[in-house]
Amino acid sequence: MSAPLLDISGLSAISTRENARVLRDVDLVVAEGEVHGLVGESGAGKSTIAKAVLDMLPRTIRVTGGRIVFRGRDLASLDRASLRALVAREIALIPQDPMTGLNPTRRIEAQLTDGMRLVAGMSRGEARERALALLEEVRIADPARTLAAYPHELSGGMRQRVLIAAAFALEPKLVVADEPTTALDVTVQKQILRLIRGMQERHGTGVIFVTHDLGVVAKICDRVTLLYQGKVVEAGTAREMIETPRHAYTRALLAASPRYDRPEHGCDPVPGSVVAGLEAEIARHDEGRAP
Amino acid sequence: MSLAAVLRRLATAAVTLFGVAVVVFVLLRVAPGDPIAMMIGPGASEADIAALRARYGLDQGLVTQFFIWLQGLIAGDLGTSISLRSDVLGLLGQRLPATLELAGAALVVALLVGGTIAILGTLARRSPGEAVVDGANGLLLAVPDFIWALAFVLVFAVFIPVFPLTGRMDPTIDMDFATRFFLLESLVRAEFAVFGNIVSHMTMPVLALALPLAAIVARVLKGALIEAMGQDYVLLARLKGKSELRLVLQEALRNALPATLALTGVQFTFLVGGTVIIERIFAYPGIGNMAIDAVINRDLPLIQGIVLAFGAMFIAINLAVDLAVAALNPRLRHG
Repeated sequence: MSAPLLDISGLSAISTRENARVLRDVDLVVAEGEVHGLVGESGAGKSTIAKAVLDMLPRTIRVTGGRIVFRGRDLASLDRASLRALVAREIALIPQDPMTGLNPTRRIEAQLTDGMRLVAGMSRGEARERALALLEEVRIADPARTLAAYPHELSGGMRQRVLIAAAFALEPKLVVADEPTTALDVTVQKQILRLIRGMQERHGTGVIFVTHDLGVVAKICDRVTLLYQGKVVEAGTAREMIETPRHAYTRALLAASPRYDRPEHGCDPVPGSVVAGLEAEIARHDEGRAP
Repeated sequence: MSLAAVLRRLATAAVTLFGVAVVVFVLLRVAPGDPIAMMIGPGASEADIAALRARYGLDQGLVTQFFIWLQGLIAGDLGTSISLRSDVLGLLGQRLPATLELAGAALVVALLVGGTIAILGTLARRSPGEAVVDGANGLLLAVPDFIWALAFVLVFAVFIPVFPLTGRMDPTIDMDFATRFFLLESLVRAEFAVFGNIVSHMTMPVLALALPLAAIVARVLKGALIEAMGQDYVLLARLKGKSELRLVLQEALRNALPATLALTGVQFTFLVGGTVIIERIFAYPGIGNMAIDAVINRDLPLIQGIVLAFGAMFIAINLAVDLAVAALNPRLRHG
């Protein structure tokens, strides 16, 4: 097997504001062309990992150990300018909220072609052609009209399609999707998931899919890493994890997610004993380490 | 903003101006001070005084006086100045353009200076440079316009005399102006020597008026810019490799401007009020300078005319701000 697209090993980080660990020895490997689910409750550290990969951690988070190796290069070894250039060219983000991801005062064309002109050096005409093709690919009905529109003239689903088009505009090697369907209503969610999967397969792009929804994981992910309080609880293929979960927390989470196919089952909250077990594991991990 | 909305605003403006007229008229006549006493010498007879009173209509009742004045106003006649013995509308026509050019130039300078400070402060945020920018801005904010004026006089007219101290331009300048907008006209007619002379005369008063407003613009705009810089769309643009300066200018500025402009409209009224004292200091021939003489002489018709002119300026600037805000916001433009 060739070198992985992204290889995170032993990544630890603390929040300087709360003086608390936010990541504890996280290992994460994303292969080329795979969709890797990053799952956990809020505060589990999934967004922190995504931000670390994009070099956009807030100042209050400090990495205390570990390495992030992207296509054989240790990100920590790059200077600021090269890192920004690398991210601009090879890593893209699909944000959580399509309503705030687009600038309300700029037309879609300007926002979609910025990166193509700045990073790939395309002319205005080339960038426009590429933008039209991308909008067609994300199945927007009238690409030309959409390019001339302002964000407020588009629906939430349309905006998310535009943001997906923008993410794939420069053929990045890795796309970080940060809960891209959370802010959308359920019918649109399905279409967007299918769209991201389709784009990723056609372009051979690796995807880190951040979510708290195991139902979404089952639909889109190849492999999954499950986090609790910044620690990896379980990692494996999506199928394994859903069909034969090894960890009690994984089983509890699966039981807690709603099953639309079996509504009589209802949802069970994660039992207290499971949470207590996790807390004990975290405590054992932290033992002997200065906070 | 639609044409109908503009017309509605203009109708409201007329009502506002009428209110201004009533308040000024009543206040001036309730306040102590007699214009006739200021006009004639101490030895005048009772009969002479009575005759003058009758001539200016001051022997009539307050309500009658108001309606006479209002009638004239609607017909475009603001009455006759008692101290200058000249048509008030004519006097305003002569002096108002000078004040409009002064206040307009000060507004432009305030927006440019304030905008630059705000952008520098935004780029330097969370670095030691931010404290420097904020400190400088605090100084601009704390010092009032007339102190700036005196400081400029001391430095640029007395110690290092680079700018002329008084007036609108050198009296030796011989140019046949078609309008009273000397600054604009000399520029449009490409009379650059005259234009330069006017600019050098205006530099100190314009800066004195502009700096306090610039500080307010800078403070509000910087806050709005920093807020906009934290938005998701700026973050995404940064990931695409845009430089911080480009992020500020292309992504954040247009989102930050409307709130700043709206406040600038309000603050501009203070700047216009400031022209009174600043024009006096620099002997600048605008309506502010004329207002002080009019008040000293209890020249009721002239004071009324000047106050109405100031009122019209406030309304015009606020309408202009609303139009600018609407033009900057695509949601309002299409909605």
